[in-house]
Amino acid sequence: MTQEKKKDLLLQNYRVLDLTDEKGLLCAKILADLGADVIKIEKPGGDDCRRFGPFFHGETHPEKSLFWLAYNLNKRGITLDIKCSEGKRLFNKLVENADFVIESFDPGYMSRLGLGYKDLSSINRRLIMTSITPFGQDGPRRDWKGSDIVFMATGGFMALVGDDDRPPVRISVDQASLHGCAEAVVASLIALHDRHQSGEGQYIDVSIQASVVTTTLSAIPFWDMGEVILKRSGPYRAGLREGSKTVPQQWACKDGFVSYAIWGGQAGVKTNTALVEWMDSYGMATELLLDMDWAAYDLKTAEDSLMNAIEEDIARFFMSRTKEELYQGALERRIQLYPIYTIEDIVKNPHLKARNFWEKLEHPELDAQITYPGAFAKSSEVDLNIYRRAPLIGEHNHEIYVGELGLRDDELNILRQAGII
Amino acid sequence: MTDNKNRDIRKGRSLEGINILEMAWVIAGPITGKYLVDNGANVVRVESTARPDLLRVSEPYKDNRPGINRSAMFTYYNANKRSMALNIKHPRAKEIINRMVKWADIITENFAPGKMEEFGLGYEELKKIRPDIIMMRLSIQGQTGPHSGHPGYGVVAAGLAGITGLTGWPDRIPSTPVAGYTDLILPRLAVAMVLAALDYRRRTGKGQCIDAAQFEGTQQFLIPSILDYTVNGITAERQGNRCPYAAPHNAYQCSGEDRWCAISVFTDDEWQSLCRVMGDRDLAFRPEFATPLARKQNEEELDRIVNNWTVHQEAEQVAEKLQNAGVPAGVVQNARDLLNDPQLNRVMWRLEHPEIGSVNEMGQAFVMSKPGGDPCTAAPCLGEHTEYVCRNLLGMSDEEFIDLFSAGVFE
Repeated sequence: MTQEKKKDLLLQNYRVLDLTDEKGLLCAKILADLGADVIKIEKPGGDDCRRFGPFFHGETHPEKSLFWLAYNLNKRGITLDIKCSEGKRLFNKLVENADFVIESFDPGYMSRLGLGYKDLSSINRRLIMTSITPFGQDGPRRDWKGSDIVFMATGGFMALVGDDDRPPVRISVDQASLHGCAEAVVASLIALHDRHQSGEGQYIDVSIQASVVTTTLSAIPFWDMGEVILKRSGPYRAGLREGSKTVPQQWACKDGFVSYAIWGGQAGVKTNTALVEWMDSYGMATELLLDMDWAAYDLKTAEDSLMNAIEEDIARFFMSRTKEELYQGALERRIQLYPIYTIEDIVKNPHLKARNFWEKLEHPELDAQITYPGAFAKSSEVDLNIYRRAPLIGEHNHEIYVGELGLRDDELNILRQAGII
Repeated sequence: MTDNKNRDIRKGRSLEGINILEMAWVIAGPITGKYLVDNGANVVRVESTARPDLLRVSEPYKDNRPGINRSAMFTYYNANKRSMALNIKHPRAKEIINRMVKWADIITENFAPGKMEEFGLGYEELKKIRPDIIMMRLSIQGQTGPHSGHPGYGVVAAGLAGITGLTGWPDRIPSTPVAGYTDLILPRLAVAMVLAALDYRRRTGKGQCIDAAQFEGTQQFLIPSILDYTVNGITAERQGNRCPYAAPHNAYQCSGEDRWCAISVFTDDEWQSLCRVMGDRDLAFRPEFATPLARKQNEEELDRIVNNWTVHQEAEQVAEKLQNAGVPAGVVQNARDLLNDPQLNRVMWRLEHPEIGSVNEMGQAFVMSKPGGDPCTAAPCLGEHTEYVCRNLLGMSDEEFIDLFSAGVFE
């Protein structure tokens, strides 16, 4: 990358050592997006995450993993075997000037290497160390093995999602550890703030399973108040009517799907009325809809037969139009309808384009330019854009070992040949 | 108001001394405040009786009886905060808001874009009152752009942002990924922004305005899929519980009512372990399941075989046996299971609420080695701390407070 780091960044004076695998890459990436100097440390030969698909043009090659490119943006990269004694020594030297270490090894692994929080904080008491693991550092299941579906199941998400005549489902793209990463960023920055007062860092233990629990929304309140277990109900909303019909949330349209909730009471008056007027302009509003008193329509007491009839009429209208036609109409009439976007739709969406959301990065090694989703937020003061593509294997070895740690070139070569770097 | 209620729960916490004015409602805004208040920040919610937070008037209520302080949905996200009642449209509201803004380091808001400007509380206005203010704005599509003002909640944002379309079965209408999935993604990113902005302010003396949209923030959770499209032209699709590189990979039915165990097998070792636990020696030798590719090809049959094995056992036993053999597995846990899960003790916090009684609030998924997040006081009743805020935080005299009170500002 030729682009230089922007002048003013939020976290620009901090250094992060990133020892994570797929469970933690996003955490360090977000810190990098915020401006921290993040060094991704891979094992010699390259990280295992480089084997994760999808791949650039489908070519399975460690420098072509799109998963890798996605979650290592804005980081620098070095290789280092932290298991051998020389590797540990170099790692400890890096720790001297680091503010954060983020890791996602099995619980206890870093301590067994002599690189646990106790060891590292004795080198640098200002260090903040954050561990992201499947089930946390303690507890009877700390050594259980995780996978996305296992986290989404044990974290309570899946019980709430999917059609009721089929198994509960997860989201088809891995999500759970990303929630863990988001929690880890929050905790790490709380610790940073604490350090300004106390002068000391601390240790943070993030559980991916627990991170998924935050996605269960009203499930625990419902159990709390009446021992009600919310059931998954496919495209319908769970929880509004126990044991009977609920409100449809997703609908089929001509070329895909849209979201629309037929709210009862005051919440639904404006949007339902506007929808019916719109349907009427095409002669598609039935007597039933035209005569509805939406303020008096109570979802808790409405007869299933009435709900079904309303649903059928609206479904017919949606099926006659594409998601983009429906969305356009909804935008004009301020109807609370949204399209259900595919990834392709998102990339083509005019609103995101107008906000300059997308960023193109040059990848000279791939002889390609790749379009990335841009910053997760915009600031009036600083740039949160992408300033660096993901590092190649060992790309910054020389820059960091020789340029910053003061190794000589011949020493770097010896370490390289010994398989330490 | 008892002294106990207002005891300083923030002493010694990481974010002690940070003042936050929360002009936020429903889910995304209040969760942002929740992470901060639970770690010691001072969060004052400005609420209105005329137009209460939707969660205050949402199910589930204590004893099924609606009431502005009786929703467990509201208490779940608002513990430790203080509530000030204020009719923002009252002619004298502005003087109070101005003092609140001077007091605050951070203002969080998640009204429809344009609403704060309508109240005369846009960033430019706020900056005049307090030049280094940090304004954290959360919304569905951001403060600018052609669709920014379109009304909506998190449940529709999940559809817009790509999550809903990736949830459910390929032959059916997409399933709702919990009503408000993206409402839970954005707050963590917002908290990160706010804390980084505080750090920036400490260094430069400058505040800022932050615009975070659910549509955009959620893309952080989909970047590889986005690249698969922008590079390869491939659009990810929902596929039930299938995973491109693992089989079996599904939730399997167990004994009891609606009980399931998730099982995933990525490697040959895990496959051999699964066969061993199933006590099926023949299965381990069958060539149609011998390799990851073969298992993917014969996934449907594999699902049937595994399901036949799980269906007469308890989900907990299946998970336990498989985990002991090194196979990733876990019960599809409902709310009751979560509250009983010994591994989750630390994320479940129980508090006493004056109107609801004992109630759970959302805990934290992390444990910090220094005293950090802890449950202290349950969510406030509407306006519970109006007087406290006016006298103790804004330093109003008795006369002033009574004058404003009788003018009807605090409603």
